[in-house]
Amino acid sequence: MEQSRIRNFCIVAHIDHGKSTLADRMIEKTGVLTLREMQNQVLDNMDIERERGITIKSQAVRMIYKASDGNEYTFNMIDTPGHVDFGYEVSRSLAACDGAILVVDATQGVEAQTLANVYMALDHDLDVFPVINKIDLPSAMPQEAKDEIEDVIGIEAQDAPLISAKNGIGIEDVLEAVVKKIPAPNGDPKEPLKALIFDSIYDSYRGVIVFVRVFDGEVKKGMKVRFMATSAEAEVVEVGYFGPGRFIPSDELSAGDVGYFTAAIKNIQDTRVGDTVTDSEKPCKEALPGYKKVMPMVYCGLYPADSAHYSDLRDALEKLQLNDASLFYEPETSQALGFGFRAGFLGLLHLEVVQERLEREYDLNLVTTAPSVVYKVHKTDGEVFDLTNPTNLPDPSEIEYMEEPIVNGEIMVTTDYVGAIMQLCQERRGKYLSTDYIEQTRAILKYELPLNEIIYDFFDALKSRSRGYASFDYELKGYEKSDLVKLDILINREEVDALSFIVHKDGAYERGRKMCEKLKEEIPRHLFEIPIQASVGGKVIARETVKAYRKDVLAKCYGGDITRKKKLLEKQKEGKKKMRQIGNVEVPQSAFLSVLKLDNTD
Amino acid sequence: MKDNLSVYVHIPFCKRKCLYCDFLSYCPGEGEVNRYFDALEKEIRLSCKSFSDYSVKTIFFGGGTPSFPDERYVCRILDVLRSCFEVDEEAEISIEVNPASAIREKLKAYREAGFNRISIGVQSFNDKELKAIGRLHDSEAAVTTFYEARDIGFKNINIDLMSALPGQSADSYLSTLKRAAELKPEHISAYSLIIEEGTPFYDMKLNLPDEEDDRLMYHETGRFLAAHGYNRYEISNYALPGFECRHNKVYWQRGNYVGFGPGAASMTENIRRSNTGDVNRYLEELSAISVSSISELKEEASPDIGLPVWENTEHLNTASQMEEFMFLGLRLTEGISTAEFERQFGKSVFEVYGPVIKKYESMGLLYQYVKSTTSGKERYLSLTERGLDVSNTVMADFLF
Repeated sequence: MEQSRIRNFCIVAHIDHGKSTLADRMIEKTGVLTLREMQNQVLDNMDIERERGITIKSQAVRMIYKASDGNEYTFNMIDTPGHVDFGYEVSRSLAACDGAILVVDATQGVEAQTLANVYMALDHDLDVFPVINKIDLPSAMPQEAKDEIEDVIGIEAQDAPLISAKNGIGIEDVLEAVVKKIPAPNGDPKEPLKALIFDSIYDSYRGVIVFVRVFDGEVKKGMKVRFMATSAEAEVVEVGYFGPGRFIPSDELSAGDVGYFTAAIKNIQDTRVGDTVTDSEKPCKEALPGYKKVMPMVYCGLYPADSAHYSDLRDALEKLQLNDASLFYEPETSQALGFGFRAGFLGLLHLEVVQERLEREYDLNLVTTAPSVVYKVHKTDGEVFDLTNPTNLPDPSEIEYMEEPIVNGEIMVTTDYVGAIMQLCQERRGKYLSTDYIEQTRAILKYELPLNEIIYDFFDALKSRSRGYASFDYELKGYEKSDLVKLDILINREEVDALSFIVHKDGAYERGRKMCEKLKEEIPRHLFEIPIQASVGGKVIARETVKAYRKDVLAKCYGGDITRKKKLLEKQKEGKKKMRQIGNVEVPQSAFLSVLKLDNTD
Repeated sequence: MKDNLSVYVHIPFCKRKCLYCDFLSYCPGEGEVNRYFDALEKEIRLSCKSFSDYSVKTIFFGGGTPSFPDERYVCRILDVLRSCFEVDEEAEISIEVNPASAIREKLKAYREAGFNRISIGVQSFNDKELKAIGRLHDSEAAVTTFYEARDIGFKNINIDLMSALPGQSADSYLSTLKRAAELKPEHISAYSLIIEEGTPFYDMKLNLPDEEDDRLMYHETGRFLAAHGYNRYEISNYALPGFECRHNKVYWQRGNYVGFGPGAASMTENIRRSNTGDVNRYLEELSAISVSSISELKEEASPDIGLPVWENTEHLNTASQMEEFMFLGLRLTEGISTAEFERQFGKSVFEVYGPVIKKYESMGLLYQYVKSTTSGKERYLSLTERGLDVSNTVMADFLF
């Protein structure tokens, strides 16, 4: 394919501004797909994404468009995740594009995430052009949206197509704008192969499928390629393009193309998103810029509910990591939960998404421990280390001081809720920086917030206190010294490592009390009394008691109806099996999860 | 020698259902009683052939309210049983009666027909409590029924009592116990109320005694009755020496028994089955069998093929038999005989259940003792008093 007839682009938007719907309409208007083939939203093909209405994994689709100039163009649309947690993946997807369509909701205008995504696109030198969506809604204010784009973002917006993706209005304008406003790729097909991996997935039949954007040279079947970051090599088995919802094999991919290849890749960890693929025989001089090992911000323990499924969990994580480069994991052991993994995530949403994918796609039943951020522990002997699991915190006497990660947070909120949100930030140990008014009714609040205050339920609290009108974005600012303590939970006087966590000294009592209360609700009564205690440094700061039951007997047992009695006993036994044994206390799996959602009970 | 067999006959009629009751019973309409007893007789006649190798040691008419329909019906059924089965001369033959319907003439007819044990559903001697649970009689009627039964010549009488009733205090329960003991029945069954799903009580807001009071009443029952010569031999049953209910013990010790009537359960030679609990189906299936085909059916009615009213036939494997041996046997205060376990299964109970036994022994819920029997000294395993309180927890662990 002639490079001048190729357009590689992505769509950036705030969540719910209509990105996926626009993508669907564009696919519909261009040749490859018939209406009947259309799923509701072709790009969002995973259950979780559909349910949450967000897009998690990048994916790409090729479209053939016959433009008004009479020529046929190949469009490669690369979908990007919309959430701040997936920044690295967004960045790799953007690097595979030459331009971007910015979708702005005519009723909402520019939102915090819109800004974050556009800036990221501009950082990657993409040509960005805006489209104004949802113009058919009564509350649409297209002109205001255009002005706002120019004022806030600083890109030309007066000739932005006015569209309704939902009702198919103005889609042709968007397609024409892609041809005119997005630059064609300009790689050199004669140079050695240089291609960027922007995604990869595991398919049980084909093995690893690598998604690439070819910058220079070409990749074809039978060729031996090298992954530059990992130095792994493999022979290419198949190459091709992305049809909507399926793969279309071809002979080769050359400079400017977006497509996939499969290869005899032994170790699935060899293909990392962001890495550069080159020709083994004739390697390019240097890799494409931008590959970095992603640093997880949030860690938690992942354990199979049934310890027999440990290896299933390991296999599942291995496969997930393949198309989620930002997922990190290593084996760990918990006294309470047995064998499992400590996994690192970009944020809490990322954690939840991974957890859900493990449960749905891999049919695993998981126990997750309380998420923790990475603390820097400065020991008295001068050693400094990163603490990802609270259990590994040394004795307080060996600790000089600790540091915790702080983020710069931006909350965009309608002015009605500024007070409520400021109070929330205050409660979460936020340090107020500034308030910028974008327009009369909306403001951006800037706060410095400790990351460990926002990884639990900050988003939920934000939504409920602003009736859904606040949006939040953050980036890591750095580490600051903080007065932190480890809070331990003891069930029947036994410390439960899976429930330990690090908390600011001032919040320890409150959190300990809430955890004890919650656990008391979750742990069923036993034959003996069970004290539940929260302690800091060996000192108990909160306590609840699960009273012993004194009666568990079937008084009347109707004559010969033994079957009924047996069923009752079997039910009782089944219930027990689903519990975790801690000492001689049976703790339901739900207890470990419930302590993650403490503030919901407020 | 012939094997022992127990027979249960279900009478699913009540004038009105009590508010806590989840047993199979209803108030019959015109002609339904007659139709029912015809079906019942048919069921007995059709299936008794396969029990010709057994000798019947106990018969129990339960319900429902066996004393609700005309006494001629139950007496007729008892006659049918006698003609179809080999009923031992010494057999224990019980009938449950309700003070609201057990008038003297009925009791007399029962006695003459051969019943030798009466079980009176007293539940409480407090009229308020009786009303609250939907009983149709007062305490006076219960006392009258008792004395009349005695007068007529019943030498083995049971009184059913209930604790943990709505509005019941420990004191009022104790006076009920006292009143019961004064009557000197040979046997007392004392159950603590269980609120079952599907009963009116389940959906009602009840002022139930708390767990403390419930246990107090329950424990007081044991102490009080022991002081009056009653021995607790099962979780909820107390008897004067020699008057333990033989029929009940057959269930706990996994003897052979056959049940007649809708919902009735049977177990013979480790095959369990139950009749359909759907009364209409029960009646229809049985009336559909023409008299001419009865002779054929008689030949075929084996535990495997059976009658159309049979369902849920289950052949118990060794594991199930062991489970039952334990969780049923442990209901009895004497517990299970380890020698009997070994005799039945060819394995020591400690080999099969070692860790569970150890666990609950160390928690003080199980204990072992040695009992001298005719065949020498035998080791028994039994629940402690506290173990009886939480017996479900312990028993559940004996399931594989």
